[in-house]
Amino acid sequence: MSRPMLSKVKPAGASLGNTRRSAKAYLYLLPAFVILIGFVLYPIVMTLRMGFYESYVYLTDTGSGFGLASFRYVLHDPSFQLAVRNTLIIVLVGVPITIVLALGCALLINSCTKTKGLFQTVYFLPYVTSTIAIGLVFRWLFHSDYGYINYFLTFLGMEPQKWLTDPTLTVVAVTIFSIWNGLAFKIVLFLAGLQKIDPQYYKAARIDGASPRRIFFRITMPLLSSTFWMVTIVSVIHAFKTYNEVYAMFGGNGAGPGNSAITIVYYIYDMFFNRSQVHYASAAAILFLVLVLCLTALQKWVSRRFVHYV
Amino acid sequence: MKHRIWQSIKLILLIVGAFVMVFPFVWMLATSLKTLPEATSIPPTMFPDAPQWDNYAEALQVAPFGLYLRNSVIMAGVGTLLTLVLTVLAAYAFTIYEFYGKTILFFLCLATMMVPAELLIIQNFITISQLHWVNTFQGIIVPTLASGFYIYMMREYFVQVPSVLYKAAKVDGCSDWRYLIRIMLPLNKNAIATIGILAFISQWNSFVWPLMVAKDDAHRVMAIGLLHFRDAVSSQVNLQMAGATIVLLPMLIFYLVFRKQIIEGVSRGGIKG
Repeated sequence: MSRPMLSKVKPAGASLGNTRRSAKAYLYLLPAFVILIGFVLYPIVMTLRMGFYESYVYLTDTGSGFGLASFRYVLHDPSFQLAVRNTLIIVLVGVPITIVLALGCALLINSCTKTKGLFQTVYFLPYVTSTIAIGLVFRWLFHSDYGYINYFLTFLGMEPQKWLTDPTLTVVAVTIFSIWNGLAFKIVLFLAGLQKIDPQYYKAARIDGASPRRIFFRITMPLLSSTFWMVTIVSVIHAFKTYNEVYAMFGGNGAGPGNSAITIVYYIYDMFFNRSQVHYASAAAILFLVLVLCLTALQKWVSRRFVHYV
Repeated sequence: MKHRIWQSIKLILLIVGAFVMVFPFVWMLATSLKTLPEATSIPPTMFPDAPQWDNYAEALQVAPFGLYLRNSVIMAGVGTLLTLVLTVLAAYAFTIYEFYGKTILFFLCLATMMVPAELLIIQNFITISQLHWVNTFQGIIVPTLASGFYIYMMREYFVQVPSVLYKAAKVDGCSDWRYLIRIMLPLNKNAIATIGILAFISQWNSFVWPLMVAKDDAHRVMAIGLLHFRDAVSSQVNLQMAGATIVLLPMLIFYLVFRKQIIEGVSRGGIKG
């Protein structure tokens, strides 16, 4: 199994011994680059531009007032602040729980060799299924009167909660759903990481009589550190992009009661699509881009400095 | 003995976890076959007394799921095919040619991987409106066709083909195009299948973009059709679950058939659509 691809990039100009100069290359590249330039590069430039306008009408492509006013508006908008708070809850609470659960599941699945395939198939199920369809299912599971989640809570002797109608709980419901929804992908990444560890290490450790705990902390964790770090960053970036989960659970009519489950991406789309404030949406999108780029840079920096490779 | 106990604990934990993973699906299926009073009883009941298959007939009558399915197949099928063509061509150019600007262009491909798609949607929707592509299939498909990540991944596979083959083909007077079709593609069948499956799943489940571009039933994909269906039968949970089952079924079948390749592809790709 090859190393996770995001962690290492070969220089593009490296000579491969079987290349030759030719202008025909541009013909092969043309279709892909028309799309990349038209639908990736151009939007970046345009969005950067739109975010600095104080007002902008996209139908006529006219803007007025160039400056930071839109950023100021977005940063002072209470609903953006709520979106940031909610997104941070999903990231800071949801991601650690997901990672611990995913690592635990991966270790368990990996150690039961006979049933590995079966469990892998079952645990991976949420990855392939549409978030919208399964979100509709969760909407009813969270129902305060006849939902199964409250039924389990009362079964365990706890108070039933108004998950979808209590504004303080909506973000908790979204976090629980995104943990369930995101677990599959992380388990598969951890399993791939575990399979890369040479079984020789475990044999040697067992011969030396090392305890399972010692084996875990001295062999598994260090050799899993690159995977662990990649999963963490991918999960954090993912959690910052939470949108489908909110949309699926609360529908298009706002993000729950009083927009209480709004996330950053939900704010961007809502600003653009429902309120047609393109400049505010762009400003929020730029702030979001800066955030994601900082995380990516952090990943590169940490993986270069601290991660042991196998 | 201690080993045996430890093994059983592990197995029990795994079964509990599997239960949590599967429960929403089982509940969905069971509820789709209940009568409305059964589906909204307090405390909840898990299984219906008699399966109400009529729920499915009724769901299919309220919303044109067949049409949604057709749209999903067109969008994901055509989208995946074209993505593969563009990806193969670009990756091939990066593999066998030297050309002015190669480093910069390849860096550009890698850089697009870091840009969140969320940033692009605003301008892309404006572009689509200017092209008068709102509510068309090309409007849904075209902007998603090129992915720097897939090009990068495909090239990683292509460069592993020994250069001797290329030189031998050249000596025999084989053109670059023929070499791509006759040698590169057959040798990288698995890689292409892997990338194709990843692209297909992410296209099939894509939601935000089709939601913005599609305006009528003739262009709505399954997930978006389901949302309209939900609003049409907003209080009938049993019908909603029948709809959700109809929407999930094609992907579930696809997953059970290709589960090995899918899991393999995802763990190799290490990124979600």
